[in-house]
Amino acid sequence: MSETEKVLQVTDLWTQFNTQDGMVHAVNGVSFDLNKGEFLGIVGESGSGKSVTMMSLLRLIPMPPGEIVGGEAIFEDRDLLTLDIDELKRVRGGKIGFIFQDPMTSPNPVLTIGRQIEESLALHTDTPAKELSSRAAGLLELVGIPDAEQRLKGYPHELSGGMRQRVMIAIALACDPQLLIADEPTTALDVTIQAQIIKIVRDLRDELGTAVIWITHDLGVVAGLVDRVLVMYGGEIVEEALVGELYAKPQHPYTAGLLGSLPRLDQKGQELINIKGQPASLYAKPTSCTFAPRCEYAYDLCRNENPELTKISETHAVACWWDMENDRPRYGR
Amino acid sequence: MDADTVDPAAPSNANPEVLVSVTNVKKHFPIMKGVFRRQVGAVRAVDGVSFDIYRGETLGLVGESGSGKSTTGRVILQLDEATEGSVTFEDKELTETKGEDLRKLRPRMQMIFQNPHASLNPRMTVGTIIAEPLKEHKKSKGDERQRRVAELLSLVGLEPKHANRYPHEFSGGQRQRIGIARAIALSPDFIVCDEPIAALDVSIQAQVVNLLEDLQDVLGLTYLFISHDLSMVRHIADRVAVMYLGKIMELADVDDLYNDPKHPYTQALLSAVPVPDPEVEAARRHVILEGDIPSPANPPPGCVFNTRCPIAQDRCIAEVPEWRELGTDHWVACHFAK
Repeated sequence: MSETEKVLQVTDLWTQFNTQDGMVHAVNGVSFDLNKGEFLGIVGESGSGKSVTMMSLLRLIPMPPGEIVGGEAIFEDRDLLTLDIDELKRVRGGKIGFIFQDPMTSPNPVLTIGRQIEESLALHTDTPAKELSSRAAGLLELVGIPDAEQRLKGYPHELSGGMRQRVMIAIALACDPQLLIADEPTTALDVTIQAQIIKIVRDLRDELGTAVIWITHDLGVVAGLVDRVLVMYGGEIVEEALVGELYAKPQHPYTAGLLGSLPRLDQKGQELINIKGQPASLYAKPTSCTFAPRCEYAYDLCRNENPELTKISETHAVACWWDMENDRPRYGR
Repeated sequence: MDADTVDPAAPSNANPEVLVSVTNVKKHFPIMKGVFRRQVGAVRAVDGVSFDIYRGETLGLVGESGSGKSTTGRVILQLDEATEGSVTFEDKELTETKGEDLRKLRPRMQMIFQNPHASLNPRMTVGTIIAEPLKEHKKSKGDERQRRVAELLSLVGLEPKHANRYPHEFSGGQRQRIGIARAIALSPDFIVCDEPIAALDVSIQAQVVNLLEDLQDVLGLTYLFISHDLSMVRHIADRVAVMYLGKIMELADVDDLYNDPKHPYTQALLSAVPVPDPEVEAARRHVILEGDIPSPANPPPGCVFNTRCPIAQDRCIAEVPEWRELGTDHWVACHFAK
């Protein structure tokens, strides 16, 4: 990318989990960066490492069994992975806001909604105590919760899933973050509620200029939402492109297969492509292309050497030996 | 006229054979309170639905969580007893069929469940799981049964040697295949597929749906396909019924419904589903519905959708909309649908 200001620069991140069944290599050499105010989508199936990547950045994975083996994550000139833990706590929920998948479990059930937002404000900002409650009410209004003053006194269980997710967004936004990480924020919600949440996050991004990372398994959701997409498979980024390019000209067979396996609301009688086989096992460190066992283009090289994520244009990178478009090896071997 | 008393969508042109007919079915779960467990109210999970399922078709039943779509499926199979209404299977009244008579009908109506991790007994081998319905209904024994299990495993894309393994050795998609093998073991006519792909990864969903379609062709199955995934329903269904708060809002041929939705709820629901194509998405207009689904214990008066409907009028609060036919076989419950 060009010389735009970076909010986050992740380089060669490796995370593994030491489990009873052996070492799980969850994130294997992931590198990406995020521009100021950019809306980035990270797409992958379960076990692709998309959530663990983000959790690793903020060291939110349980350690042990988890272990961040290597890498660097530069946020505001500091490496999040080596930052003092107290410093990191100030970043979490302060400069970096988080929204989780399950709004039924993520707000604290025994604290009032007001208390939870005020806590975040008191911890991360220098809001005077007197103004805490009015700031909190303002935040609830921002995310479209009616009767904000009343709601502050209520508890999470009094709210529906969609409303709780709004509260979580309000908490995440309380400290005017530079970066908002949303981990499958609409997966547990119905589509009409999902549409509401998407609209709120999109409007807030436009209004506040916060950079957003939206993690999802749903290629549909990110299509109309993000600027750029990373596709993850088996703990690695296999493709990275501006959203329009990715959908129009996917370069990785996995991305292409995923798009082909999706039924579309606006199309009829379409043949669904089967990606044969099962998602990658993470018990071995990748020494070859992790998608090769399921790939219809795989040849000898794919089974022997792991392709690196390589730029094919200023805005498009892919980790694949084969050039699908021209039907030949991409690098002449 | 009350929507509850109107006859279901009867085909006006050709005469496809009706396999399952549901008429004004209600399922109310009582809410008990106090020391004496007195009933203080009822959750109206299904509140008067009527539709036919034709032999050989796939009827899609869509709706958001709490709309009553799964309960409808369970009531059809008599897994839950209907509070009111009738369900017929080839002209047999299921709500009045009990005990041994019902058990004899069971092989012909099966179910595929949502969660392949919970619906297979972890202590039984795959072979025993698939053989259980054969044993229960005394369909075959000994070597013949083993051959049938092997045949079923191949039919669903697994290998006969998998019969000796346990469910935990399989991935979610493979487990769903085992559940499908069990469902087709007794050569049923009718299968209720209750969110069969909701728990699976995207790349595996297509595998399972393709398998269901292949089996339908080979075995002549009839499906009630319950799902919240409107894109997948468009792909697999012949006709689609849209449920909201225990009622059917619209029922039509799949193309009619997706190309020309008449009910404001269907319109909003379809517009909320993202299309995996940035260009199409940029050009689409999204209708954002306000608020949440009301509680089925206390549904709004009149049209149940009136609290969120963008075109609601006073009449919608006062009057339950009539279930009426707009165009051929396109049924809708809305005062203002045109």
